[in-house]
Amino acid sequence: METSTENTAPVKLTAKDFTSDQEVKWCPGCGDYSILKQVQTVLPDMGGDREKYVFVSGIGCSSRFPYYMATYGMHSIHGRAPAIATGVKAANPELNVWVVTGDGDLLSIGGNHFIHVMRRNPNIKLMMFNNEIYGLTKGQYSPTSSKGIVTKSTPYGSIDEPFNPAELALGAKTSFFARTIDRDPKHMQAVIHRANKHHGTAFVEVYQNCPVFNDGVFFIFTEKETKKEECLFIEHGKPLVFGQTENKGIKLDGLKPVIVELGNGVSKDDLWIHDEEDKTKAFMLARFADLSKDSETHFPRPFGVFFREDRPCIDEDMAKQIETIQAKKGRTSLNKILSGEKTWTIV
Amino acid sequence: METILDSTPQRTTIIKETDSVVVRFSGDSGDGMQLTGMQFTDTSAFLGQDISTFPEFPAEIRAPAGTLAGVSGFQVHFGSKEIYTPGDMYDVLVVMNSAALKSDLPRLRKGGIIVANVAGFDSKNLKLAGYPEGAKSPLEDGTLENYQVYKIDVTKHTKDALKDSGLGMKEVDRCKNMFVLGVLFWMFDKSMEYTIKNLQEKFGKKPELLNANLIALKSGWNYGDNTEIFTTRYKISAAKLPAGVYRNISGNQGLAIGLIAAAEKAGVPLFLGSYPITPASDVLHELSKYKANGVKTFQAEDEIAAICSAIGAAYTGSLGVTTTSGPGMALKAEAMGLAVIFEIPLLICDIQRGGPSTGLPTKTEQADLLMAMHGRHGEAPLPIVAAATPADCFDAVYEAVRIALEHMTPVIFLSDGYIANGAEPWRFPTEDQLPPINLKFTTTPNSENGKFLPYKRDDRGVRPWVKPGTKGLEHRIGGLEKQNETGNVSYDSKNHELMVKLRAEKIEKIADSIPLAKPDSGKDKAKVLVLGWGSTYGAIKTAVLELLDEGVVDVAHVHLRHMNPFPKNLGQILHGYDKVLIPEMNTGQLRQLIRAKYLVPAEGFSKVQGMPFTTEEIKEKITELHNSK
Ligand code: SF4
Repeated sequence: METSTENTAPVKLTAKDFTSDQEVKWCPGCGDYSILKQVQTVLPDMGGDREKYVFVSGIGCSSRFPYYMATYGMHSIHGRAPAIATGVKAANPELNVWVVTGDGDLLSIGGNHFIHVMRRNPNIKLMMFNNEIYGLTKGQYSPTSSKGIVTKSTPYGSIDEPFNPAELALGAKTSFFARTIDRDPKHMQAVIHRANKHHGTAFVEVYQNCPVFNDGVFFIFTEKETKKEECLFIEHGKPLVFGQTENKGIKLDGLKPVIVELGNGVSKDDLWIHDEEDKTKAFMLARFADLSKDSETHFPRPFGVFFREDRPCIDEDMAKQIETIQAKKGRTSLNKILSGEKTWTIV
Repeated sequence: METILDSTPQRTTIIKETDSVVVRFSGDSGDGMQLTGMQFTDTSAFLGQDISTFPEFPAEIRAPAGTLAGVSGFQVHFGSKEIYTPGDMYDVLVVMNSAALKSDLPRLRKGGIIVANVAGFDSKNLKLAGYPEGAKSPLEDGTLENYQVYKIDVTKHTKDALKDSGLGMKEVDRCKNMFVLGVLFWMFDKSMEYTIKNLQEKFGKKPELLNANLIALKSGWNYGDNTEIFTTRYKISAAKLPAGVYRNISGNQGLAIGLIAAAEKAGVPLFLGSYPITPASDVLHELSKYKANGVKTFQAEDEIAAICSAIGAAYTGSLGVTTTSGPGMALKAEAMGLAVIFEIPLLICDIQRGGPSTGLPTKTEQADLLMAMHGRHGEAPLPIVAAATPADCFDAVYEAVRIALEHMTPVIFLSDGYIANGAEPWRFPTEDQLPPINLKFTTTPNSENGKFLPYKRDDRGVRPWVKPGTKGLEHRIGGLEKQNETGNVSYDSKNHELMVKLRAEKIEKIADSIPLAKPDSGKDKAKVLVLGWGSTYGAIKTAVLELLDEGVVDVAHVHLRHMNPFPKNLGQILHGYDKVLIPEMNTGQLRQLIRAKYLVPAEGFSKVQGMPFTTEEIKEKITELHNSK
């Protein structure tokens, strides 16, 4: 008799197992390729079976993502992915639900669902590819485009004040906010890991270059010459250090962040130590993006996990409430539901 | 039949036997008229009478007290014969103030009874109701000389009865509806037992309020019994309804438990994603109570999120449902299109109200039929099922769920404010009497080469339903046009045309599983056919039965439940009649569909007043058409 060796040891999945047979159709050089690759690379490490994953997207370049994943997936309608994902997760909390969206999809047409998914905190992962432009509709400004940007719909410059996604998410009570960037694969992988581990809605903003319609908006954060001066990689429990030779830091002067040169009596111990659980400071980190526009208070852009907290998730609470009430009241039989409380008989 | 009941030396009370009566309770929103009407209705039902009710709410939540905008009414038609409508005109009108009289007098039949709370007719109330300064009360100025008017100072009597109750002015005032109910119970010789039991349940924990309500109720009864103002009491026997066990049910209740029943029979969890909207919110309220049965309800941030969450739940293998009214339907249109191209089961319940826009939120209308039929971009057909009566909401939604689950399609269920809030006795089924819903999730690949093809269809054109979590069948679905069978994105023009055709055929084939049309009353062939749909059922049925009874007009009635696809034999049926009349609470939407599809010159009869048809209106129209050349 032959012994079957099937199903004895779990076979370690690889990135290939998460790759569908569909040809990827983003423009050459698009930042989305890197994001897809990083997700496919880290998913096998995160445990869980392939069939337990559901990727939900809306509309836009980023939203083609589910077609390229060899998991379950839904490419839905513009802006509504968070609402659909909430339904998926609430109906079956066992699934690993990921939303893939863009700045236009999530913050413009899907703005309402965005803030509500944050406050309800279903245990899902939400990645927003922020390229500060509408790509799929061929180059109109988005709710994260800088004021003044010249696009097809703003030939004389945009007059719209952009959103600050981090600030918006924190204001809407996100339980996790992190920022990463397409051209730093290692960092992105680490952030995705953290997001996956988080219990609750994990919101990850990925700066993504759109070479066709908004090329280079994030180059200062990726090019050798500027990267070290412009990026601030934050880590829990570590001081806020940046600069060409890690020669600068950020200190708190009361409630005011100030940039200091290290040395000359200023040591790392004097710096602001990052605390992921401090929401007030997370708001300050979120503000860096806006402060940076002003040359006098130019701040580096923070990357990493700004904030996380453990708080109840709607999908779990929904299931728990049902369990509690079931335990207390017991199921009502269908016959009892049909008859209701008060009946009468006609003979 | 009249009998002298009570012939004490002082007075003579006549007992009149009659087969049906319409009573309208009308007052300010704060007067508790809905509750009073419901107690009166339930008591009638328990006495074995057939009933039909029509609650009418003011559109404003807190319209100024005493004004016309604040009038809230509850109409109940009860009798010893079969009752199909809440009645065209009232026999008895109970008014708590002058605004109520002003608003409802036009529909009191000549010679009818008015029971008026005189305290609601002082100069302040007259002014609030819009009577000119210094005008005499209509109770005194002769306008009501064609009616029997009973003037009772309900406010004062209630106060007197409760002077020792220890309750504050406001609470005492709140009891006056029970006084009125007591008077009406006396008048119709109905037992107070049921209401007493109900009050005990309701106020069990507040003995002083219970006591006050009981005193007010009994004082009302005693008032009827002791004073000499009433000369007549009415007696209505039990109706000869089919034997069985009954309960009282409103349309929205029927809808809610129909969903629970269908989900349980199909063996899938029930998920409702909904956003509050009149007159559909009650379904959300009702289903939220059934947590112990595993029902998940989700009050979404908006109408779009409501349907989208239901789509998400449906994707996981739940019965996904969303409930709404016209304005919400408009917002859900894009997501409905998504469900059409996904080809997943979903139920969209539209409790219609007057439109367009906010329109008449608390009034009824049937003007969403064409939106249900066509209100999506692209070729996006889906089945439509419409309920005819409050109890029929149960059967119709059960059928709608069956179609959605068995045919993998979103289905629109149409009801309206009239039957959603109205109630009638219902000989409810038991679990094993419910028809089966056949449903199977796919768990293994469906092609020879071991691949899974999400859009490979069976002979009904139905694709497989796979729950995420099923190993080996991972696949993606999306809103982009998909290649036949594989479901992969395809921009091929011929493929698109094929997919449009396949989706349409799938809906057409549902006609194989629905009952053929047949006359509800009347014969297969006649001079006039009245073709109805939805909540016009009661008025049409009563009109046609009365005409058939009179024997002068050659008429029949066919009522549609399946609005898309239509029953297969509908064309043939229509051709059996010389003339087709389609009464609708819109400007002719079904008529348009019928004319276009069957090329019959159907006549329309339209009413868009936020009010249901009266039997009289329909009778007149039928007769007119019957007698025209
Ligand atoms: S338009 Fe821009 S964002 Fe879209 S795929 Fe092309 S490069 Fe990427």
